[in-house]
Amino acid sequence: MTDVNGVELTVFVLFFAAVTAVGFAAARWRRAETLMHLDEWGLGGRNFGTFVTWFLLGGDLYSAYTFVAVPSAVFAGGAMGFWAVPYGAIAYPIVFLIGPRLWSVAHRHGYVTAADFVRGRYGSRTLGLAVALTGILAMMPYIALQLVGIQAVLTVMGVTGSGWARDLPLFAAFALLAAYTFTSGLRAPALISFVKDAMIYLVIIVAIVYIPTRLGGWDRIFDTAGTALARPNPATGRPSGSLVTTDMTHWAYGTLALGSSLALFIYPHTVTGALAAGRRDVIRRNAALLPAYSLLLGLLALLGYMALAHPGVVAAVKEAKNPQLAVPELFDQVFPDWFAGVAFAAIGVGALVPAAIMSIAASNLFTRNVYTAFLRPDATPAEETRVSRLVSLLVKVGALVFVLGFDKSLAINLQLLGGIWVVQTFPAIAVGLYTRWLDRWGLLAGWAAGMAYGTITAYGTSSPTQEHFGSPLAAIPVVGHTGYIALTAFALNIAVAVAVTAVLRALRVPAGEDATSEDDYTADAGDRPPAPEDPGRPLAGRPVA
Amino acid sequence: MSDTSPARTPAFRKIAAGVLLVVPFAVYLAVPSYAKESPRVAGFPFFYWWQLLWVVLTGACIGAAHLLTRNRGAAK
Repeated sequence: MTDVNGVELTVFVLFFAAVTAVGFAAARWRRAETLMHLDEWGLGGRNFGTFVTWFLLGGDLYSAYTFVAVPSAVFAGGAMGFWAVPYGAIAYPIVFLIGPRLWSVAHRHGYVTAADFVRGRYGSRTLGLAVALTGILAMMPYIALQLVGIQAVLTVMGVTGSGWARDLPLFAAFALLAAYTFTSGLRAPALISFVKDAMIYLVIIVAIVYIPTRLGGWDRIFDTAGTALARPNPATGRPSGSLVTTDMTHWAYGTLALGSSLALFIYPHTVTGALAAGRRDVIRRNAALLPAYSLLLGLLALLGYMALAHPGVVAAVKEAKNPQLAVPELFDQVFPDWFAGVAFAAIGVGALVPAAIMSIAASNLFTRNVYTAFLRPDATPAEETRVSRLVSLLVKVGALVFVLGFDKSLAINLQLLGGIWVVQTFPAIAVGLYTRWLDRWGLLAGWAAGMAYGTITAYGTSSPTQEHFGSPLAAIPVVGHTGYIALTAFALNIAVAVAVTAVLRALRVPAGEDATSEDDYTADAGDRPPAPEDPGRPLAGRPVA
Repeated sequence: MSDTSPARTPAFRKIAAGVLLVVPFAVYLAVPSYAKESPRVAGFPFFYWWQLLWVVLTGACIGAAHLLTRNRGAAK
């Protein structure tokens, strides 16, 4: 792995250059009068149709996570890593239930973030701040995961070095990303996601059809992988995994899927993608169409088994001691150089698109719910956009801290850590879309309890390579099985929120002002009210005509 | 556009849609029910083809729920 593969690298760099050009040109796509408004820079003009939204949300949700983290989890642990498939399926009934309502109320009131909604719904800047900070925090490890994906590809292509030079190409890729996100806003990832998905679909179809013929068919792939997983690990003396889940892992499998599916739609980058849609029906249709990507994710996950069934790949991964390299190594060893280059470019671009949307989402949260809400209540839309653009750069620096500071042996844990935090905003956002019964202070207390429990428990888990934050799983109190910490913390969150709400109601504590009304949640495009209904506290940057 | 309120959707349609949306959870969270290797289909152990099949069926369930609760304004 010391020699740079010239063909692969050339193809990779060519695609990267093309995508960067598209990113800068995107500023002119569906051009608006000005980009200096969060509706434009941060939400791409809020008028994307079903087709663009499908690509944008797909580009959002299926990232280096899908291409590198999930297959490497399957490679390392077998069936346990496949939980991402049920997650990718059951998340969409939830999207179908909460997505259209969030879109409608955000459309009516000009909300840019989920925290804007929470602030308007509960009349509480503090609760909005809690939701916003949680979202920003949860974005960091997720962006870091994208960096890990690019790093894996660069490593396999032989772009390695020591010290500073080793991370330089990664920094260069991210600097480019930062530059076109800065100039084009959400239009850049939206336009690039077409290129990205075309490449990913091509690569995955070729991989699924071609690689099994090289490895002796699916039967043999599963059999070889099963044998390899059953072999005791020399370090622990236990098998590293199995082909189907066991009595020990059923609970972990189910809770990982359920906990992650609760998180999917309230992640700030998903909300950003959804609010950029132009009509309510766009969200409803996409809830039914997006599972197509989950099928892709499932097939990609099986690349982990193909890697396990290929002796050359297993040897290379073992030598590098990095399971993240499983899929890139597989492509490198099985495909001709030029096509491996295309595949690596697909992974690289597939990591940059979501990273761009995530940094936009995090900076929108900061601008709307920290800066405008607390520091400069009378900030103009242009000023908001200036702040957002600058913060989008800072967010990427924050993600680098996660990359450098965390164990990369199982990158999927980065995403699961983000999930533990973001699920704690589910009661305020998703439950709040249906009922205002929960009190704002109850929600805040529940959030605090869930965050504290989740973070402390995750901190206390260790893995062979890492003393803290080693695993997303811990024993569930009372139940007695091992499960995803996010779901346990969420149950605690709900219990505290309900209990505190009941007490506050009994004491008749004022519930605060609700800026939304019932028919806001079913409104569609064109249903904007003629006059601002809340002139004292304009949440919308856009002047209501 | 005053007909876009979901209150216009008949109750039985809403219930049917609700059931369709719950089915994928019931299928996927019953992990032990599909944690087995046989029967294999095209080399895929049951665990894998069953879950992949249900990804498609989940999309179909949501699509059906969408059609059941869709409002087409005054035309309907």
